[in-house]
Amino acid sequence: MTQAGAAAALLWLSLTAYAVLGGADFGGGVWDIFAFGPRAHAQRQAVARAMGPVWEANHVWLIFMITGLFTTFPIAFSSLSVALYVPMTIALLGIVMRGAAFAFRAHGQEAVGPFSTWGIVFGGSSIIAPFFLGTAAAAVASGDIRIAGGQVVSGFGTGWSTPFAVVVGLLGVSLCAYLAASYLMVETEDNPQLQSDFRRRALAASAVSGVLAMLGLLLAYAQVPRVWSELTGNGLPLLLLALINGPIALWGVWRIRPRIARYAVAAQVALVLWAWAAGQWPYLVPPDLTISTAAAPAATLQAWLVVIGVGMAFVIPSLAVLFWVFKARNPAAG
Amino acid sequence: MGMSLGFHIVFAVLGVGIPLLMAIAEGIGLWRRDQIWMQLARRWSAAFGILFAIGAVSGTVLSFELGLLWPGFMAFSGSIVGLPFSAEGFAFFLEAIFLGLYLYGWNRLRPVHHWLAGLPVAASGAASSIFVVMANSWMNTPSGFKLTDGRLTSVDPIAAALNPSTPTETIHMLVSAYVVTGFVVASVYAVGLLRGRNDAFHRRAMMLGMAIAAVAILLAGITGDNSARFVYGAQPAKFAAMEGLYATTRGAPLHLGGIPSDSQHRVLFAIEVPYGLSLLAAFDPNAEIRGLDSFPADQRPNPVLVHLSFDTMVGLGTGLGLLALVFWLSVLRFRRISSSRWLLWLVVIGGPAAVITMEAGWFVTEFGRQPWIVYGIIRTTAAATSAPGLGILFAVFLAIYIALAVTLSRLLLLLARHNREQRVAQESEA
Repeated sequence: MTQAGAAAALLWLSLTAYAVLGGADFGGGVWDIFAFGPRAHAQRQAVARAMGPVWEANHVWLIFMITGLFTTFPIAFSSLSVALYVPMTIALLGIVMRGAAFAFRAHGQEAVGPFSTWGIVFGGSSIIAPFFLGTAAAAVASGDIRIAGGQVVSGFGTGWSTPFAVVVGLLGVSLCAYLAASYLMVETEDNPQLQSDFRRRALAASAVSGVLAMLGLLLAYAQVPRVWSELTGNGLPLLLLALINGPIALWGVWRIRPRIARYAVAAQVALVLWAWAAGQWPYLVPPDLTISTAAAPAATLQAWLVVIGVGMAFVIPSLAVLFWVFKARNPAAG
Repeated sequence: MGMSLGFHIVFAVLGVGIPLLMAIAEGIGLWRRDQIWMQLARRWSAAFGILFAIGAVSGTVLSFELGLLWPGFMAFSGSIVGLPFSAEGFAFFLEAIFLGLYLYGWNRLRPVHHWLAGLPVAASGAASSIFVVMANSWMNTPSGFKLTDGRLTSVDPIAAALNPSTPTETIHMLVSAYVVTGFVVASVYAVGLLRGRNDAFHRRAMMLGMAIAAVAILLAGITGDNSARFVYGAQPAKFAAMEGLYATTRGAPLHLGGIPSDSQHRVLFAIEVPYGLSLLAAFDPNAEIRGLDSFPADQRPNPVLVHLSFDTMVGLGTGLGLLALVFWLSVLRFRRISSSRWLLWLVVIGGPAAVITMEAGWFVTEFGRQPWIVYGIIRTTAAATSAPGLGILFAVFLAIYIALAVTLSRLLLLLARHNREQRVAQESEA
């Protein structure tokens, strides 16, 4: 694999990490705003307890991806920033409000009690951010973003406001909710009632995600031929794996095997992302930017790969400690 | 972008400085088995949890805005100067990971392990400040690439990261972060002391803040002086604007204060120190200093803004240095924190003054570089986005920042009151 290809694969891995870890944090916000029933307060507390120690580290995967993208594919970064100016700005607002609201509630709680306005902000922005990130992803995949001579020529509204993009945005939200509910089933193993609340939520999210995924495929077939031919071309093996893995995840949720469900749901999200990546390889922003044409000079790629190697040697063991301390042991002990 | 930066930087410097304070406080607490120091570290960690989150989200805004507002800049410079940003990403990663352990690990980790988890937070905070400022110093003294017929060739990102400004600028910023943290912390507890909460808790917190501040302000003076002399060599237009010097002069005087007037080509109402500028810049009273008039009109920064910011930074910085000196002399003299109200009031003012000093410093480096975004290479106007509705976006972000700042201050005040009530309750139980 070329250096540019390696860089693209690493960026895609960090996007995957952000989706399965950071996505669940957005999903936590969804379940916070939709908390109801006699255990609504306990549900919110479970979300806050699960997210607290890890959400900031999960969030860094996004920053890592952004800085990596502008270092290794500067032209793609600047073009996407222009073409997706509107959805990215709204998603950014969502990310800002989500983080701030969570921090205000989590660390202010003992001083100020539950903070209802910030609670709504927390939940609302947790829906807005993944929705617009999803529409932006759909815009990239659809091939509607056109770049000529280093300038975006397709306008600010192109690609992310189609029915297909809206469905992908909604799918993004429901997958986040699915991830969160299945992780929360692990976090609430010591409380069967609460666990069964999250089990029902996971089942609902999986049904919604399944319907949206089918709708998305139908729309792709009818309106976005590029995505259809990619998914049924290079992306097909991974897409078929996703079709096998989906029922495994559902079985894990149904039969209350939360640890299996957790990994299967995460794998489902990863498979969708990698089917997309495999489908559009070797394009970065189809149809005008390929991985090799958008790549930074070789010296930069090389230096970046070295920095990544050194950095990951520190970050991965540290992350392992973080997750081991807060996720591997009985969560109720803290 | 400037607004986001001005907002973010306050949290960023506290993000660099407070972990150091926490680590010191917890370290002393462990070593002496002292509950008060431990409690201080614990209180700070709760407040810092909120500050760090706001710093993290405002930092995210910046990383997006680089592309959303400056696509032209990023398309050109991403491959050259993206590397420090990526390295900063890792530093931030480590800071977030260990902060998670630190904040939520008080009851889960053994005390020594917990203290150890705090050290990488402080270290990676310092490292991320260095990496980010590397990118900024590249904008001042771009290097590590060649332009051949307007195309980038021989890109060397390592040389770009280690550009000529890097040593002076990164170190000056790092020590300034400790200056601000030290004075802000001291200021907060000085308010408490003024309100009659004269207990070991407040006194120690203030002493620690002032100790960091005193060491750091001295270093800031030295590195700042060094920085200015570097700018004299590397960015003569910025230097001329900082000093409000219009005509190229041998034996140039130093202007203290005053308002540069473009129409009269001199600084009005300033105190002039004869030969002062030449002496400071080149250690030679007759050295020639290039004036603003020697630059084409469209390559001059705004001398009013830059000169006033520069004098604000130097003036307040000197004042803060004197404040630290007087404070410690009085501590030495009386063997305790002086109960004189005016000294405490000065410490209270020191906090906001330190923030203003730092922001003024950023004004100098940013406005002093105008009209360039990358000095001598790209003009700011050429790098900006063509997207519509920037005014609305600006208003929205401004409103959000205000809402965040207001909520944050309210929460911190509530947190402080809650802590106090808890402590009073504990003491009455005991």
